[in-house]
Amino acid sequence: MTQSNRISGGQIDRTKTLRFTFDGIPYQGHPGDTLASALLANGVRLMGRSFKYHRPRGPMTAGSEEPNALVELRSGGRQEPNTRATVAELFDGLSANSQNRWPSLRFDAMGINDRLSTFFAAGFYYKTFMWPKAFWEKLYEPIIRRAAGLGSVSREEDPDDYDKGFLHCDLLVIGAGPTGLMAALTAGRAGKRVILADEDFRMGGRLNAETLAVGGTHGADWAAGVVAELASLPNVRLMPRTTVIGAFDHGIYGAVERVSDHLALPAAGKPRQVLWRIYSHRAILAGGATERPIAFENNDRPGIMLAGALRAYANRWGVKVGQRVAVFTNNDDGLRTAEDLKAKGVEVVAVLDSRQGDEVIDTSGRLGLKSIIVRDAKGRTREIAVEALGVSGGWNPNVNVHSHHRSRPVYDPTIAAFVPGAEGPPGLMVAGAAAGVLSTHGALRTGRDAAVEALGLTGAADLPEAEDAPVRIKALWHVAHGKGRAWIDQQNDVTVKDVKLAKQENFTSVEHLKRYTTLGMATDQGKTGNVLGLAIMAELTGRSIPDTGTTIYRPPYTPVAMGALAGRSRGTEFKPFRLTPSHHWAKEQGAVFVEVGMWLRTQWVPKAGETEWRQSVDREVLATRRSVGICDVTTLGKIDIQGTDAGAFLDRVYANTFSTLAVGKCRYGLMLREDGIVFDDGTTARMGEHEYVMTTTTANAVPVFRHLEYCRQVLWPDMDVQLISTTEAWAQFSVAGPNARKVLEKVVDQDISDAAFPYMGARNITVCGGLRARLFRISFSGELAYEIAVPTRYGDALLREMLARGAEYDPIVYGTEALGVMRIEKGHVAGGELNGQSTALNMGLGKMVSKKKDSIGMVLSQREGLVEAEGYRLVGVKPVDPKGKLSAGSHFLEKGAAAVAANDGGWLTSKVYSPHIGCDIALGYLKAGDQKIGRRMRAVNLLSGQDTEVEIVSPHFFDPEGERLRG
Amino acid sequence: MAELQAMTALGARQAAVAVVGPVTITERCDVALASVAARRGRMADLARAAQAAGVPLPDAARHAGGAVYNAFWVAPEMWFVEAPFASHELIADQLKAALGDAASVTEQSDAWVIYDLTAPDLAPLLERLCNVDFPAAPDGFATRTVIEHLGCYLIRHGRGQVRIIGARSSAGSLLHALEVAAAAAW
Repeated sequence: MTQSNRISGGQIDRTKTLRFTFDGIPYQGHPGDTLASALLANGVRLMGRSFKYHRPRGPMTAGSEEPNALVELRSGGRQEPNTRATVAELFDGLSANSQNRWPSLRFDAMGINDRLSTFFAAGFYYKTFMWPKAFWEKLYEPIIRRAAGLGSVSREEDPDDYDKGFLHCDLLVIGAGPTGLMAALTAGRAGKRVILADEDFRMGGRLNAETLAVGGTHGADWAAGVVAELASLPNVRLMPRTTVIGAFDHGIYGAVERVSDHLALPAAGKPRQVLWRIYSHRAILAGGATERPIAFENNDRPGIMLAGALRAYANRWGVKVGQRVAVFTNNDDGLRTAEDLKAKGVEVVAVLDSRQGDEVIDTSGRLGLKSIIVRDAKGRTREIAVEALGVSGGWNPNVNVHSHHRSRPVYDPTIAAFVPGAEGPPGLMVAGAAAGVLSTHGALRTGRDAAVEALGLTGAADLPEAEDAPVRIKALWHVAHGKGRAWIDQQNDVTVKDVKLAKQENFTSVEHLKRYTTLGMATDQGKTGNVLGLAIMAELTGRSIPDTGTTIYRPPYTPVAMGALAGRSRGTEFKPFRLTPSHHWAKEQGAVFVEVGMWLRTQWVPKAGETEWRQSVDREVLATRRSVGICDVTTLGKIDIQGTDAGAFLDRVYANTFSTLAVGKCRYGLMLREDGIVFDDGTTARMGEHEYVMTTTTANAVPVFRHLEYCRQVLWPDMDVQLISTTEAWAQFSVAGPNARKVLEKVVDQDISDAAFPYMGARNITVCGGLRARLFRISFSGELAYEIAVPTRYGDALLREMLARGAEYDPIVYGTEALGVMRIEKGHVAGGELNGQSTALNMGLGKMVSKKKDSIGMVLSQREGLVEAEGYRLVGVKPVDPKGKLSAGSHFLEKGAAAVAANDGGWLTSKVYSPHIGCDIALGYLKAGDQKIGRRMRAVNLLSGQDTEVEIVSPHFFDPEGERLRG
Repeated sequence: MAELQAMTALGARQAAVAVVGPVTITERCDVALASVAARRGRMADLARAAQAAGVPLPDAARHAGGAVYNAFWVAPEMWFVEAPFASHELIADQLKAALGDAASVTEQSDAWVIYDLTAPDLAPLLERLCNVDFPAAPDGFATRTVIEHLGCYLIRHGRGQVRIIGARSSAGSLLHALEVAAAAAW
């Protein structure tokens, strides 16, 4: 089909032709077209089906406020539903499809809903589908959702990238119409850093859609000249295709830049969109105004548009929506449409001015407007055949962004619209049509003045000459004649009848009206419908419009793709990884890794022939207990604590005492929260008189450091303590097992015999001929064990060296699973026990809380409820039958007791299979557990169906006397 | 120390160099780092000792260069000191000896990965990485910022010369973030 409705003029490049398809049918358009303008040029008015009634719909607007012409663009992973055809920039090869219809746009089976509309009045689903109750979730809601659909997603992964970024400026100007251009020009010429953002791909705003002159030249040309000047200023950043989506705290604005949406494919490496966070000292909202319709019967047919949109298509895109056109207006601006269309050679068959008593009371045309029924002041009706009708009910200032901090707009009867209220986001001014100043001269003047005021500039540039017509409007919200449905919110299919019903049922507050009828709750946030709805409610209730009030807007201004919010944080790049010093060695060995926070830790290292994880883990445990195993424990937090008060500081943050620790020794420490619950544990070594090294659990490395900084800076600023994390500075390995010392002796330069380096020793040493290192003789496995640390760059080499030089002892490397098995065999608490609910007493570590000194959490740990003898105590658990299975999370029950909460005795916190003992073992918190050692109970897990008879034992399954680790 | 072979933060033997469009990203393994924090009430002593030792102690949010030592501010009365690794592998010991008990000194060389970025203008890259107002920052500006969830130090040596210091364990993720942002920026 040729572009039969293309007329002269417009800001399109007719020298180039773009091919595209809609519902599989090929069409042609030009650069500068939107999908809507190109389809209209090809005589296509029907572009979608409505949300609820599946009514045929075409574009109602020529901008981002569009409620009707929602389409799916592209296919596969790039398929994008609910795209407004009115802002979708045409590109060669674009494929678009209509949505929410079956089997086709012209014949939609769900159109039956329209016939059954009586049943689908506002709130129908609150009143129906009530019985049986269970049907709601399983039957009714899925059916309703399917019927009331928008577009669909392909469920394929989006192949494109989305970026995030940060921009800074003195002045952010939102909107590049006459107001925004004048504001940006004023600030830009003054040398200020300016960002000018506009959602459109062509800056100029309404000047592009009008025939108005500015400074003696065509408004669009004047705009292009200003844009060119701004582009030449290094202090001005022009951001077309960029929607400011919201005003956030502290002068920060969110903006989405559509970098590649107008291209078939993003260029290599380029994102599709960028979500910018703009930090601005001042901002000017120059977002213009949105025309609103008038409600009358069947006012939603394809071909019925806002009058301003009709002339925008003619002036900007060289498109007539039909050859025979009528205009229905309540204000002077609507008359411009008639003038402009006539000048373009379009036949304007009727101009119906409600101020003269003319009204449109009904229309006809199933898939597109065929005629309108007009009633004049004397009550005479006549039918006029037309293909398009332009409707103007006045212009609503785009107050949206100004409302994002809950500023309530106020009603201005002189323009019959709401204007921004007093308390907007700090630093944000509003100018031009967004402030209710609707003439071109007013826009230029207020734009300039806002920039001058916002930035404290002296002197203001002269303004170009422009029209300054007053607003002449007589409010008309809906045509009273006609019995059928008259649409207010076309996207959510809310009609005048729905408002009447809401009033009848006493939902008269605007907030109730919104929720009861869904007025303004669609993706367009009611940009065209809200004011209409509340004004009609005001009429019905007899209240004034100011008394009725308005709902307000939230970010985002227009819908934002989830991808833009996610940025690059998706898939394997959801978060950064932290790799341990042994990562590359482990990868070479085919190790299995586990994510621990951001860390990737070795979980186990399979050997040839091992097909199941337990084989590897059991082997690692047995080999370590038999000879020696090495584990990368770099992930444990390390905090360097120095200062003359370091010891006293540790006494305050730890429940036990550290100031008395000898230099060259380390000690296990327990850290409590203020409320007496255990926060973290670890060992701290005294490396010098005023120098300690604290270790924390991997998970709490950052929280503990933050806590210590809080203590240092806020609680005790008088203490001489300096802190810094050294977690990453040292590669640290646990070397455990009866032959641990023998392996270490191969690399350590000093004497580390039991006499020279006793249990809990901690010292600076050297390895491999002089490399500085640290050695700690500590054990969490129950074995003779050490932790050895070298500068991280040497970690990989040290591991390889220990394995090579100690080869005669068959050292193995074990992962976190074997680590867990051995610590549970030894009865050491870890994540499952350090659960943020448990005290030292619960863990069997009550004696560690020193009463001889004050420390964080000491007092509150002694609360009555936390020290009762019948409270939870850490116990070991074994199945009576060695084949019995245990699960972490199982609950303790006495034999014969019903599995109900009242009989709950506690729970299993951690469970492993112990190759050493030959059965499952577990740790758990059992009420009065210390008095129940030897008792038989049940471990019951209602989720997995396990009900296992267990024996309560000491949590120290392995070497309870600690002979091995002191060996 | 030749018995053990060092590995870079990216798991290689040689420092990495990546070129993306106009940007060159150079990993710097030849810089030793240590933190220096004044002991409480000892700032004057530290300042004297530092001056004698040629260790600059710049104002807040600044980097300053010296003959051997460079330093940048990281917190009140706390700095990171840079020196050539070849001569200062034991930088913490060397600084302790120079500064005495007026400061707490902690070895930091291997806690970090250092990337030097060069391009005619790095603003288009940095605006996609962090919320630093780079064009407005003076040369010698030093700050802590967040790049792709990672806490980093950023030092501006010039419009087209920046040092980014990030956690060593995330060297690969950080480099990836720099590279994809560079590909998107130009």
